[in-house]
Amino acid sequence: MKTRVITSVLLLAAMSAPAAIAQSLTGAGASFPAPIYQKWFGEYKAKNPAVQINYQSIGSGGGIRQLTENTVDFGASDMPMTNEQIAAVKIRPLHFPTVLGAVVVTYNLSGITPKLRLDGPAISAIFMGQIKKWNDPKIRATNPSLALPDKLIVVVHRSDSSGTTFVWTDYLSRVSPEWKSKVGANSAVSWPTGLGSKGNEGIAGAVKQNPYSIGYVELVYAVQNKMAYADVKNAAGKFITPGFDSVTAAAASVKDMPADFRVSITNPPGAAAYPISSFTWLLIPSRISDLAKKTAITEFLKWMLTEGQKDAERMSYAPLPKNVVAKVEMQIAEIK
Amino acid sequence: MATSAAIFRPTSIAGKRLSRADDLAHAFTFFFAALILGVTTLIVCQLWIHSSPAREKFGFGFIASKLWNPVSDEYGAAPFIYGTVLTSLLALSISVPLGVGAAICLSELASPLLSAALTFFLELLAAVPSVIFGLLAIFTLVPLMRDYVQPALIGAFGFTSLFSGPAFGVGYLTAGLILAVMTFPYIISVSREALLAVPREQREAALALGATKWESIGQAVLPFARAGIVSSVFLGLARALGETMAVTMVIGNDPAIHASVLSPGYTIAAVIANEFTEATGKLYVSALIELGFVLFMLTTIINALARMMIVLTTKKGSAKA
Amino acid sequence: MSRAMSARNMRRNAINNVMLSLTAVCAFVTVSTLFLILGHLVYNGGTSVDINLFTKLPLAPGEPGGGMANAVVGSAEIVFIASLIGLPVGFFAGIYLAEFSGKKFGILVRYAADLLNGVPSIVIGIVAWTLLVLPMHRFSALSGAVALSLMLIPITARGTEQFLLEVPRNMREGALALGANKWRATASVIVPAARKGIMTAMILGVARISGETAPLLFTALNNQFWSSGLNQPTASLPVMIFSRATGPYDDWHRQAWAAGLALLALVLVTNVTARLILSCSGSKGASLSG
Repeated sequence: MKTRVITSVLLLAAMSAPAAIAQSLTGAGASFPAPIYQKWFGEYKAKNPAVQINYQSIGSGGGIRQLTENTVDFGASDMPMTNEQIAAVKIRPLHFPTVLGAVVVTYNLSGITPKLRLDGPAISAIFMGQIKKWNDPKIRATNPSLALPDKLIVVVHRSDSSGTTFVWTDYLSRVSPEWKSKVGANSAVSWPTGLGSKGNEGIAGAVKQNPYSIGYVELVYAVQNKMAYADVKNAAGKFITPGFDSVTAAAASVKDMPADFRVSITNPPGAAAYPISSFTWLLIPSRISDLAKKTAITEFLKWMLTEGQKDAERMSYAPLPKNVVAKVEMQIAEIK
Repeated sequence: MATSAAIFRPTSIAGKRLSRADDLAHAFTFFFAALILGVTTLIVCQLWIHSSPAREKFGFGFIASKLWNPVSDEYGAAPFIYGTVLTSLLALSISVPLGVGAAICLSELASPLLSAALTFFLELLAAVPSVIFGLLAIFTLVPLMRDYVQPALIGAFGFTSLFSGPAFGVGYLTAGLILAVMTFPYIISVSREALLAVPREQREAALALGATKWESIGQAVLPFARAGIVSSVFLGLARALGETMAVTMVIGNDPAIHASVLSPGYTIAAVIANEFTEATGKLYVSALIELGFVLFMLTTIINALARMMIVLTTKKGSAKA
Repeated sequence: MSRAMSARNMRRNAINNVMLSLTAVCAFVTVSTLFLILGHLVYNGGTSVDINLFTKLPLAPGEPGGGMANAVVGSAEIVFIASLIGLPVGFFAGIYLAEFSGKKFGILVRYAADLLNGVPSIVIGIVAWTLLVLPMHRFSALSGAVALSLMLIPITARGTEQFLLEVPRNMREGALALGANKWRATASVIVPAARKGIMTAMILGVARISGETAPLLFTALNNQFWSSGLNQPTASLPVMIFSRATGPYDDWHRQAWAAGLALLALVLVTNVTARLILSCSGSKGASLSG
């Protein structure tokens, strides 16, 4: 009995010993890019077994907070950090754009085909609780051929501090002055109506399970869960389907990428652009004292900008434009 | 009778050595007992210290303020206290009648074997982890609520503000229901023990006087067991107030006060679980920690009341017997 | 008997039958809830569980397959460390309370233990975060283990004390009469006499903390890979169940059911075994109010 106890203790200790892992990094943040980040880190570990990067999807706000408290090695956010937030971090963080994504309007209406078409003011009114039913005239106006049910709309929004929410509310603020004055654009707002769910995963789950519900998620979540998402009217007046082409077109509208890569591409002018698109960033400290960690991160970033970008389209994101990739590669050298 | 201490007055060297070993053992175990005291004090201190930014900014108004807005950095505890208390009261309003009724059945009607076996199984319910209740709640209870129960309630009582709104499936009532299931074992087990503790003579006296079984229970047994039953309610309440995972999964995450029990809301434990890792800024974090402190005080008071009731029971029982 | 009296008696009998039937209904509802819950979990979990759960690592969101092997091992690690810390502290504190304590200090310690026992698990998580995660600047299995040990200590202490106090007086007096001093009597006679009950209390305590989720949410966080050390974020079974259950993917839900069944089986089997051992030894056993 005693020997058995000792052996199992030793076994347990052995299992918890870092088995040939030279570098173990922890990152946390946005759920918007979580599917591709976790895919990347898994692939990267398969190629470099000595480097293990653990990424936890806790929301962009969480990523910024944990980075500020120095409890993680890097953060991730779809909302660029404000100047105050950057100043609050002891070691100045650098924004590294990784991919482009689309925030889509996903809904749960069985038997409604083809897709719903919505414009900015209608979306704003729905999320403000002013449009209460699916067969409201404002929704029927853009969808004359659809038989919309006479049911209450169940609005689902984020309960956590989210970069996706920032992109979403940023868009709504641009297309609806009423939204801008009453709710505003931020990673967490005072929602006029609806259920709160945690993470992109949470909204996707809630919309999937609640008939007659509507929510906003990154494209990949709607695609992976076979959920319907709407075509949204862009600034040029066209109803655009979110996807690789329309998101790339949105990114192309950025004429001058700022040096720190903090830019918003919501509601851009382009004719083919999807209006609710966004970059997403990894927040890396500009000074990493542990040489092994620094090497691990810089090597990963280089891999991400070359090999990693190839995964983007397949996973319903869009890769960074080529000129941006070149600039980002130069920023890697700024990590001291 | 001489105490063991008196027997072992150190008179000889051997005696002195023995008592030194005793002193060592005393000190050794004392250290760990003191550790418990230290840890509990530490918990209170940590909660107090780390909530100071919020306490200094909001003062007592924190408890009454209805506004929870991380963007403008304004925080108030009212929506969460409301949600915590409401879901717990909903839970008890279901589990106390059912639980006490079941306890009466198990203690007075069922055969001792059946009663013991069923109580055994019910106490196993107490051991089921909260996250498993949450799992069942999300996939079983919520669809049931959304597709059947809530529409029925809205149809029947929708004109009142208590049952209005769309059928979300999640919300105060759903959380109250799963909490009710989680408090069953406490209500039933403790009430049953309280009922079994009532001396047989009480029942027999009532029956001998011509009472029906129910009358003997109502007039001779229940009054005796009242304090024990009430303490079981307090215990259940304390459990419900602090419950985190199951409630987080079905409360709907809306930091506002709503009149309708069908609407989504928030509890203290749920908001901490959801927002703690992502709260940006010292004030936000300290507001959440202050919420934790409020919850701690709430459960401590309820537990203290429960203990008081148990003490009262034993005093009362021995006085009457 | 007059007609008025017999009418009254009929009414009393009717009320009697109705009320007693109602209590039976209450018992039926509550007991059947338990069986429905277990049955539902067994059904959904049983149809989802497969060996992958225990052998594979989690995959990226949306990719079917994968498992929770790291969470199973992670939970075992965290609970093990928590037991290493919590069980001895609770055990020796319980001995102090039963054998050595003075009246006033004993009341104080008991009150503190009850207070600690009643602290909501999410608040324990906050405290562990302030004590370990914040200063260490990292999420770690260790901080999760400390959080769980804080919950284990009062359960173990009260359980140990309770079973030590149940050891019959004649055994204590016999040991002392044979010339043993206090600590010798305690160590060689009293504690061994109570060992079944104490071990049961410990097992029940460990089973209880192995199902706790809230204290681990922001101490051990989570990890998609094997944990690389006690000072690293570590996956645990309850946290994984939570994250999989609240996600959108059907595959994740399947995993949540399967893992839930595994966790429930572990907790229930442990509980049933411990209680059966206890009832065999004739002791009254740990009650829910204590």
